[in-house]
Amino acid sequence: MSIGLEHYLVVGALLFGIGLYLALAKRNFVGVLMGVELMFNAANLTFVAFSRFVESAEPLDGHVFVVFVITVAAAEAAVALAMAMLVYRNRETIDMDRINLMKW
Amino acid sequence: MDDAGSVIAFWLLAALTVGSALGVIAVRDLIRALVLLITSFLGVAGLYITLSADFVAVAQVLIYAGAISILLIFAIMLTPRASRDNAETFLQVPAFLLAGLVAFTIAFISLQTDWSIAERGGFGETASAIGEALLSKYVLPFEMASVLLLVAMLGAIVLVRPEGTPEE
Repeated sequence: MSIGLEHYLVVGALLFGIGLYLALAKRNFVGVLMGVELMFNAANLTFVAFSRFVESAEPLDGHVFVVFVITVAAAEAAVALAMAMLVYRNRETIDMDRINLMKW
Repeated sequence: MDDAGSVIAFWLLAALTVGSALGVIAVRDLIRALVLLITSFLGVAGLYITLSADFVAVAQVLIYAGAISILLIFAIMLTPRASRDNAETFLQVPAFLLAGLVAFTIAFISLQTDWSIAERGGFGETASAIGEALLSKYVLPFEMASVLLLVAMLGAIVLVRPEGTPEE
């Protein structure tokens, strides 16, 4: 039984679903951040799988794109850490359901 | 990818990745969830190796399993009085339904579509080709990425600077 493109795409879909659930449902801000990182990973895995298996003139473009996504993910994690610190300093909590100052 | 080794490697790594990602949902302690998340990142790096993407796999280990997980540990450690129980909000059920629907849709479409598969075999060493592309075809996005990293770093420092620090 050989491993093809679809196997990797299904793994990517499962990872994306898990990440989406974490990002939507977790109460702690760090849990939400973990979900976002998992979604980045799922998208990257899909990029690399397409780059390996699908007909293309320049198949390594997918790898270059993944390098850019990893860069942006690192920048996002740094800014998110700073935001978590700010919210914690002002409110003594980073629970998403208690950060409701803007709720009407 | 027909040989027994890569088939076994794929199934083991896929089970490791998805299993520890599910553990991030299930585990009731934030630090343990983070350790499982790092395991999942390493599993994804292994999947990259089975796809013969050596440079991306090393970058994944360095940046995700190294840098980003350290940032998440910082985020946990610097908020000592916040809750640690990794619980869900009231959005648990709708989030579960939506995430299941999205994952099912992506998986269903990727199984139904007739992709134009290339019979090419794996890549050789990819780092030099990626470097070539970064400095010729993608030189503008490359420079923008470096500016983005600089701005994010400065922004993070400015945001968390304590109140009352004198401006130079």
